[in-house]
Amino acid sequence: MSDTSMRPEAEQHHADLERLVEPSRQSPLQRTVTTVVRSREMSILLVLVAVVAAATIKTPSFLFSENSWRDLLLTPAILLLLATGQAVVIITRNVDLSVGSVLGLTAYLTGRLFVDMPGLPVIAVIVAGVLVGTALGLVNGVLVAFGKVPALVITLGTLYVYRGVVLTWAGSNRINADDMPAGFLRLGTRSILSIPVLTLIALLVLAVVGYYLYTARGGREMYAIGSDPDAAVLYGLNVRRRLLSAFALSGAVAGLAGVVYAARYGTVSSSAGTGMELQAVAAVVIGGVAIFGGSGTVWGAAIGAMLLVTINRALPILGIPDFWQRAVVGALIIGAIVLDRVLSARQARKLIEAREQS
Amino acid sequence: MTRTYPEHSRALWQRLLMTRESAVIALLLLVVVYALVNVPFFDGPLTLTFLLLDVAPILLIALPMTLIIVTGEIDLSVASVVGLSSVLVGVLHEQGMSVPLAAVVALLAGAVCGAFNGFLVAYVGLPSLAVTIGTLALFRGLAVGLLGTKAVTDFTEKWTTLAKDNIGESSIPLIVLPILVLIVAFALLLQFSSFGRGVYDIGLNSEAAHFTGVNVERTKLVLFVLSGIISAFAGVFYTLRFGSARGDNATGLELQVIAAVLLGGVSIFGGRGKIVGVIAGVLLIGVISSALRLQGVTVNVINIIIGLLLIASVISTSLLTGIASATARWNRRATSPQPAPAVGAGTQGR
Repeated sequence: MSDTSMRPEAEQHHADLERLVEPSRQSPLQRTVTTVVRSREMSILLVLVAVVAAATIKTPSFLFSENSWRDLLLTPAILLLLATGQAVVIITRNVDLSVGSVLGLTAYLTGRLFVDMPGLPVIAVIVAGVLVGTALGLVNGVLVAFGKVPALVITLGTLYVYRGVVLTWAGSNRINADDMPAGFLRLGTRSILSIPVLTLIALLVLAVVGYYLYTARGGREMYAIGSDPDAAVLYGLNVRRRLLSAFALSGAVAGLAGVVYAARYGTVSSSAGTGMELQAVAAVVIGGVAIFGGSGTVWGAAIGAMLLVTINRALPILGIPDFWQRAVVGALIIGAIVLDRVLSARQARKLIEAREQS
Repeated sequence: MTRTYPEHSRALWQRLLMTRESAVIALLLLVVVYALVNVPFFDGPLTLTFLLLDVAPILLIALPMTLIIVTGEIDLSVASVVGLSSVLVGVLHEQGMSVPLAAVVALLAGAVCGAFNGFLVAYVGLPSLAVTIGTLALFRGLAVGLLGTKAVTDFTEKWTTLAKDNIGESSIPLIVLPILVLIVAFALLLQFSSFGRGVYDIGLNSEAAHFTGVNVERTKLVLFVLSGIISAFAGVFYTLRFGSARGDNATGLELQVIAAVLLGGVSIFGGRGKIVGVIAGVLLIGVISSALRLQGVTVNVINIIIGLLLIASVISTSLLTGIASATARWNRRATSPQPAPAVGAGTQGR
């Protein structure tokens, strides 16, 4: 290839390919900017911003009234938590369908603890919710890691078992707001720096998990396991331990989501969280995590969760009746998967091109 | 990884008795006998009628679902197709279309839904788990969008009674007839046709199936279209049986269907499973539910039992395989030091 004869766009193309082969030629700052701008997460974030912008232009109070600003941030908190845990599990090439039932169980547990043991400190109840969630997640993890059976089947089973336990336990009982202490319910209404406390909790969890996946050895091993489980075993990774932690984490986060649910809505019935598992998987898929593991980030999953919840609030404002919301969400999911396919095909083609040129 | 097929060293009757399918059938018979003896009114005529009417939609959808799971794919959108077909029947009937004609339109819509899934999975090559989670929302959204929170209930009585009626004086509902025809058709298709061999081949190794001349894409497309049509048929039945077309009809049915199929011995990894096992799986869940309900046990416990059965069924398979391969290893080790291994010992482990 002679560089002198190149037209500008060809030159640009050539530079693109070089960057692909040797990213280290760029300065760290340049590299970070390129990575962020070109990331899959960015495209979904742009969609989110576009939805919010469109709704705000139509009805300024969508964003600029105190209540709806709070709702905009508060409502996604629960799905954001579930999506974070789900993303970790899916990155290891597994799936956790039991999260909706775990959420229901810990939400009811939260209410029940306040009713049966008045005077229990709020923090103890939160810890109890997380611990029970972790235990339920560990059950999944042990069955998947040691039973060597597919997670889809196991967690479909525990979806029924955990939900059955809540249904039996709660019956037709319902925990109401006046059963729970005001201090706990304030968690659902208070804001710090105009960001709701519950959302802050969810974001904190997201940040910790995201940092762990990005930098920690355990997190990197989860990606390795997800992209090729057999290779991970051959390489000597402790696959069982990582799977156990992934499921325990998903359970713990779903447990926390249950507590958040109780604080947010103030009423808990035995059907709390029914069907949330598919929403969580949908959020993860929209956020660019490959359903067969090994790629994607929790950041993407979190933005996916925000988008799913926000679009439901924005559509009526944009003149699309509520009834069609789910159809739009479905179209969005399919659009996201198709986009992923197109992007990965293009990336693969570029890499091949770059290899042939160098 | 070396695979072991210990069953090949056993007699035919032993092999037949030791399959997953016969285990499920045995369990089913056990539960039926137990219920007949111990559960009051279980032997009453109404029990059978309601049991069959209740499991009919699951039984119907489980048939194409079995084939889809045997190819290693999955269809989570089936319950939403049921809902959409229910709404279509309702809306069209409300506008003066006769029930049979509306039903035909609903079946066509089901075929289109299935073709959409099948196209994305087979020809675009997207993972079916993700695609059908998307269409689960999409089809349900169309159903709810078309009818809102309304319900259409004024169906011609002739058709609603037809859906509930029994065959002559027996206590077996009429819906059993088409179900029987479909069971035979699907069993023939899966187990006695070259198309069916292709279905297993795809599940075992999709690439190898392609090279042996199986049209992988077309097979998958056909299966998803079948799944759409049968789900739509289940939707028509569901609507007429309850005399009510609603957008949220049969929500969550997909997980019940998949649970029943897996319980019936179909491997989620594909390549293994039989129609007879699936039917036993569906009936097992139906019998347990109806027996418990007759004993006054709340529906909630049924959830726990279904879940535990599902987990137990896969764990036991995995345990048995583990034990079998451990035994095979043990046998190999025991025979290997001998200079001339006994006849048959060499093939045993492979």
